[in-house]
Amino acid sequence: MRTITMKVNGVSTSHDVPDNTLLVSFLRETMGLTGTHIGCDTSQCGACIVHVNGKSTKSCTILAAQLEGAKVTTIEGIANGDELHPMQQAFHENHGLQCGFCTPGMVMSAIELVEKNKNLSEREIREGLEGNICRCTGYHNIVKSVQDAAGKMGG
Amino acid sequence: MPEGTVKQGIGASVRRKEDKRFLIGKGNYTDDINRAGQLHVYFLRSPVAFADIVSIDKQKAEKASGVVAILTGEDVAADNLGGPICGWVPTNKDGSAPSEPPHPILANGRVRYVGDHVAAVFAETLEQAMSAAELIDVTYSEMPAITDLKTAMDKPQIHDGMENNTYFDWELGDEAATNDAFDKAATIVKVDIRNNRVIPNAMEPRAAVADYDTGDERYTLFTTSQNPQLTRLVIGAFMLNIPESKLRVVAPDVGGGFGSKIYVYPEEAVCVWASKKLRRAVKWTADRTQAFLGDAHGRDHISDVKLALDKNNRITGLRVDTLANLGAYLSAFAMVTPTYLHGTLLSGVYDIPAIYTNVKGICTNTVNVDAYRGAGRPEATYLLERTMDVAAKQVGMDPAEFRRLNFIPKDAFPYQTAVALQYDVGDYEPLLDRAMAMIDYKNFENRRAKSAKNGKCRGIGMSTYIEACGIAPSAVVGALGGRVGLYESAVVRVDPTGTISVLTGTHSHGQGHDTTFAQLVCDKLGVDIEAVEIVHGDSDRTAFGMGTYGSRSLAVGGTAISKALDKVIAKGKIIAAHMLEAADADIEFKDGKFTVTGTDREKSFGEIALSAYVPHNFPHDRLEPGLEETSFYDPLNFTYPSGTHIAEVEIDPATGVVELMDWVCCDDFGNLINPMVVEGQVHGGIAQGVGQALYEEAAYNDNGQLLSASYMDYCMPRADHFPSLKVENLVTACTHNDLGVKGCGEAGAIASPPAVINAVVDALSPLGVTDITMPATPQKVWQAIQSAQTKAAE
Repeated sequence: MRTITMKVNGVSTSHDVPDNTLLVSFLRETMGLTGTHIGCDTSQCGACIVHVNGKSTKSCTILAAQLEGAKVTTIEGIANGDELHPMQQAFHENHGLQCGFCTPGMVMSAIELVEKNKNLSEREIREGLEGNICRCTGYHNIVKSVQDAAGKMGG
Repeated sequence: MPEGTVKQGIGASVRRKEDKRFLIGKGNYTDDINRAGQLHVYFLRSPVAFADIVSIDKQKAEKASGVVAILTGEDVAADNLGGPICGWVPTNKDGSAPSEPPHPILANGRVRYVGDHVAAVFAETLEQAMSAAELIDVTYSEMPAITDLKTAMDKPQIHDGMENNTYFDWELGDEAATNDAFDKAATIVKVDIRNNRVIPNAMEPRAAVADYDTGDERYTLFTTSQNPQLTRLVIGAFMLNIPESKLRVVAPDVGGGFGSKIYVYPEEAVCVWASKKLRRAVKWTADRTQAFLGDAHGRDHISDVKLALDKNNRITGLRVDTLANLGAYLSAFAMVTPTYLHGTLLSGVYDIPAIYTNVKGICTNTVNVDAYRGAGRPEATYLLERTMDVAAKQVGMDPAEFRRLNFIPKDAFPYQTAVALQYDVGDYEPLLDRAMAMIDYKNFENRRAKSAKNGKCRGIGMSTYIEACGIAPSAVVGALGGRVGLYESAVVRVDPTGTISVLTGTHSHGQGHDTTFAQLVCDKLGVDIEAVEIVHGDSDRTAFGMGTYGSRSLAVGGTAISKALDKVIAKGKIIAAHMLEAADADIEFKDGKFTVTGTDREKSFGEIALSAYVPHNFPHDRLEPGLEETSFYDPLNFTYPSGTHIAEVEIDPATGVVELMDWVCCDDFGNLINPMVVEGQVHGGIAQGVGQALYEEAAYNDNGQLLSASYMDYCMPRADHFPSLKVENLVTACTHNDLGVKGCGEAGAIASPPAVINAVVDALSPLGVTDITMPATPQKVWQAIQSAQTKAAE
């Protein structure tokens, strides 16, 4: 057990966390941020992806105790008030989600992908999302969404 | 209807109302729900496939930190609890009833598959429950596992008294007429088909939170269900003996189902049972490993297929003998999936005068197998569409032209098949023509030659499918052994201010009902879509309904909504006639206004709604106040979507890797309410079918261990496995429902596997490969190439 202070979605927060608590459990159970999902137990599905210090990170692969002083952004933290982030808006406009379970991880992954390279080809988007599994969409409209958002994010 | 002519009604690609909550992290899935003072339950599962339980020593575990209780099969027996039931039981071919061995919710004396529930450990935290489970000492007396479908009938009984490990032995069609067709055939085509076992893998693992209120003596169960009303009925009436009115079942946001969340499993029943027994709320969430081990799997058939052709290459007969692996226990729709949802589809889109099929449902030491996206229809389509390609090759015809020759002609509808179904409407040639144009079929050989120059083998493959959905006419279902009705309910509740709630018995877990159903309301009532809320998933709120599967929600549930809306309009007209001092017959309703025909006297929908709830000037002599109407719609027939899917693949013969290069399809789903949503359903279905064809396999070893029990070992399709998918539609409207709709949820998964495999075989045929089983993994493809070349060299 140790006291960890980190910034979650821009707000500084301090909690006592057991040493073996995964970031995803900390977010869901301690912080009540249930938008980040758990879809597997082998770090394959990507439903738990958040940004840690700006880098997309599978929150099931990192302990909360490792994150003293870190900045963590979750799906709940990317809209600007009622105005959706361009990636969220693009998923809406392009029907990039169905059941919504993989969506938070997919959106967080896609944001970093576009931020790193605004001129992504379709192939690069598909390869860039290889760490996120979706069972509903066949990925077709997710790829369209990311292409759309890339344009709006200044590509 | 072209987009733009309607903004929110039928035919418009309205962006989904439900998206926002999912996009901002405010979805409400079962695992997001917590109840005050809840316990966590962890299920100790059998590590062996087939064994008698000699003893369970739980003393050490009971003393472990945080443990509140440990329940086993003895406790289940002591409380006289029932197990999951089978919802549709066809009759054996000799007229006898199939075997329905009991399925205790915690194993009682014997375990029958790896993952069978042995004990339920309840503790303050999940970690404590998991740790304590490791301290339970179970002694098993192991028996050899029975996992091979072909030999299971000759092995010792898995369930005492069930002979030959056979649940049922069923037939359909005219065997004598079919034999006669083969006797007279000019050509006989024989194909061995294996339909691989796959695992549904909805991204949200199953979960349950149960709470018992000691005050009003009532249970609440939050669960990941595609049909919460049925879950309530089964758990209440058949498993735990709880009056239905004392059990509320809520399926909140559900993260995909694909069939796997239709069924009631032991875990949610244990949660409900324990919530009263322990006087604490109980929560269970599967991890992915438990999902692999415990969720009902799909497919797993072996079929011998024989096709008879006359001298003109017209099909005259079809015989299919199938073994279906149903696993260790019978799941809810395990028996109907390989029988009535499979055998009845064997005519496909073809005019086949004689068909006979025999299906045996086999018990093995593997997890239950049940309906998975398409449910029986993908298995039928796969065997038929593979056979069509083999037959075309055997008689030297182009696969497209061989299919065209045998299509049911468009003037033959309604068409009575040789396997019970009557297709109401369809037109298959335009779908084939359009898909062939979309992929530039006629120039394929140029592309094949170009690929060959790069050392690659290119192939093209098609599937011209039909499916029967809009499940289902209750009387037909009942006559065929179904124990449920398959109507759907709708309540349209107009509020005093004119906003509208639609309560539906279907359940949306990704299909976009919040939007599509709201469009029906906009279209009929002329209200803005923002004024409409769709309510589903809560047994306390909705009328009894049957849930979402079998591509039924729009064709059956949507029609119920349409009929309830008609009743609202009819009542509104009487109210309007009274207020406008006109005859009922003179009132017309259009664009949200009740008007006296030929005048400018009118009342808006909102004014009529208000009058219904503030009935000061109201036809009390004729009507009750209020504006809320209910409809239960029972369909008159199944619906029959059809279409052509064509896949093009490129294979690297050095590695065996299959790359999907292009995909086109042209489907007929009848009228489309929201084309964007329909297209999305098709994309997802194709991806699941491609997954089955190229990547996915639930593999058990001889000891009954599931070798593919994680995403490390079970290959899920990823974004980089696909090209951009080209999806188009043509329409023949369904003739027997008000909306003219057919359903689109399963079509992609039904159509796609044979298209892929036909393309793979086509690509490899220059190398001498004539068949390949699913999944066509690199190893399997490479091996097939080596074998064919070795054979050629001999």
